[in-house]
Amino acid sequence: MKIIIILRVAARALRRNKMRTILTMLGMIIGVGAVIATVSLGDGAKAQVESQIASLGRNVILIFAGSVTRGGARGGWQNAGTLMVDDALAIQREIPDVTIISPEYRSGGIQVASATDNWSTTIQGEGQDYLDIRQWPLSEGSMFSATDVRTASKVAILGKTVADTLFHDGNVVGQAVRIKNVPFTVVGVLTPKGLSVQGNSDQDDIVLVPYTSAMKRLFGATNIRGITVEAASTETLATAQQQIIDLLRQRHRIGMGRDDDFTVRTQEELAQMMNSASETIRQLLLAIACVSLLIGGIGIMNIMLVSVTERTREIGIRMAVGAHGRDILMQFLAEAVALSMVGGGLGIGMGVLCSRFAAHLKNWPTLTSPGWIVVAFLFSALVGIFFGFYPAWKASKLDPIDALRYE
Amino acid sequence: MKDSSAIIKLEHVHKIYHTGEVDVHAVRDVSLEIRRGEFVALMGASGSGKSTMMNTLGCLDRPSHGLYLLDGVDVSQLDRDELATIRNEKIGFVFQGFNLLSRTSALENVELPLMYVRKSCPAREQRERALRALATVGLAERAGHHPNQLSGGQQQRVAIARALVNEPAVILADEPTGNLDTQTSIEIMGVFQKLNDAGITIVMVTHELDIASYTRRNVIMRDGRVVSDLAVENRLLATNELGKLRAAQEAAQLAP
Repeated sequence: MKIIIILRVAARALRRNKMRTILTMLGMIIGVGAVIATVSLGDGAKAQVESQIASLGRNVILIFAGSVTRGGARGGWQNAGTLMVDDALAIQREIPDVTIISPEYRSGGIQVASATDNWSTTIQGEGQDYLDIRQWPLSEGSMFSATDVRTASKVAILGKTVADTLFHDGNVVGQAVRIKNVPFTVVGVLTPKGLSVQGNSDQDDIVLVPYTSAMKRLFGATNIRGITVEAASTETLATAQQQIIDLLRQRHRIGMGRDDDFTVRTQEELAQMMNSASETIRQLLLAIACVSLLIGGIGIMNIMLVSVTERTREIGIRMAVGAHGRDILMQFLAEAVALSMVGGGLGIGMGVLCSRFAAHLKNWPTLTSPGWIVVAFLFSALVGIFFGFYPAWKASKLDPIDALRYE
Repeated sequence: MKDSSAIIKLEHVHKIYHTGEVDVHAVRDVSLEIRRGEFVALMGASGSGKSTMMNTLGCLDRPSHGLYLLDGVDVSQLDRDELATIRNEKIGFVFQGFNLLSRTSALENVELPLMYVRKSCPAREQRERALRALATVGLAERAGHHPNQLSGGQQQRVAIARALVNEPAVILADEPTGNLDTQTSIEIMGVFQKLNDAGITIVMVTHELDIASYTRRNVIMRDGRVVSDLAVENRLLATNELGKLRAAQEAAQLAP
């Protein structure tokens, strides 16, 4: 029998009982829809994490001051107080694979005021090369210089959010702001960067000042909270990381077998950490989606078994006029596959719509790759073949005499 | 009598069903020959083995022992699929309950056997052959009707057209008038007689004597054996009988 005839017969059989066909497909629609929506959201989140990790810069190594444990009580995040500006300068001086560095001192919840407005934000003290490492351009003005850092100048770079909040007329560079009541001059405004990797903070809600100014003029600190380092190339990233660890352990006089009082992470490691979290959730959702596909498949099998029973007489007639077992098998298999594939197709549509809707409503990033659509479509065909086979096989094995006599 | 003219040739055919503890010997040592162009009624009470004979003749079932030659082919040893092909090529079935596919047009019902022809024929030729078969039974104008839009007699004619469409060696009819009233029954017998006059071999199972008398030869079975095999002497002609019936009906209406 020609394939086109098989398909026509299948289509007619499915049209005959529209309500049942739709209800049976519903399992597949929901299953495939869930897979597509899950994967779209997951891929979207992953792509966003990747782009944000990339926004850290290129070949970046982050050093965080560690927590220290004294007599069982942990000192808290970045509170060891052992990471010094000299450590940062030593890294730049002694490790050849490191190109540029920026010592960092940051503190949140600090009041910043212009002549007309005020705003609570994060003050981040950095070196003059920080924006080069982060590959973060200014929209206006210029970055503070090495001299500004050396002399602890009272100059500030404003994040977009802060600039917009404090100055409404767009005239920002050259204006004065007061940070903790210390007057600073605005020398530049950053281009907007959006939400952070974690998606919970605004990266543009920030004020950059020289780290020396932050430490001496604002917070009276002697230690720094972290160092941002750029390695020469991707290949040297791991060696540079190890050399930094060795150097810092040596400088901090940490003996064998004792814990570091700092943490060194490469950009890649950060990306992996972020992705592994979302990957776990993604796999969980995908598992649930697969279960619903399984249920959809069982629904198809159920209906096909009912259909074979109902149409026993038809099978008998077809066999009497010359249908081989294989013809009957193909006919019912085609019906099951048509059910699952049309269901799968509608499911793909629904999944895409759902992810678009989620993207629109909750601002979640989504990414529907054509590869997954093809996979979902083929998979639904596979579900149809797998779950349709038993009913179709049963139909093909009917005895024509019994089938013809069936009431 | 030449062997080649025998469409159906049974030699010492037995059919035994193994159901549970007792073996049922449904057909015992039947030898029968039906030649091209014959019109045979296979008769008998229920349990006489005529249905089993019909299933065997129709290649729906194989004999337990014995030889069955259909149109020169030994079909007693064929497997399921080979039997299906034989049914497709050499046999046309007409059933008591019509057995048409519901919600499928008369034309498509008639086309059904052509769907399973091994060497496929083009769709247009299928359509033409089906229309010709429908025209033969006088239903060319009803080709698009579904079975539920047709009367019992018309449905049975569609079934006959379906049986004809593959130009089979023999038409097997199983109680074809069992579900029909007297007048329609005679009309259907008229269709069969017309086909037989055109040279088509027909074997019909029935338990009604008057229906059997429209055929040319009556084979009577009892307890799985053939007990009588005679030519029909006073053969009824459907055209005459229909005329008489109409006259009687008119007379009844005219009577006060």
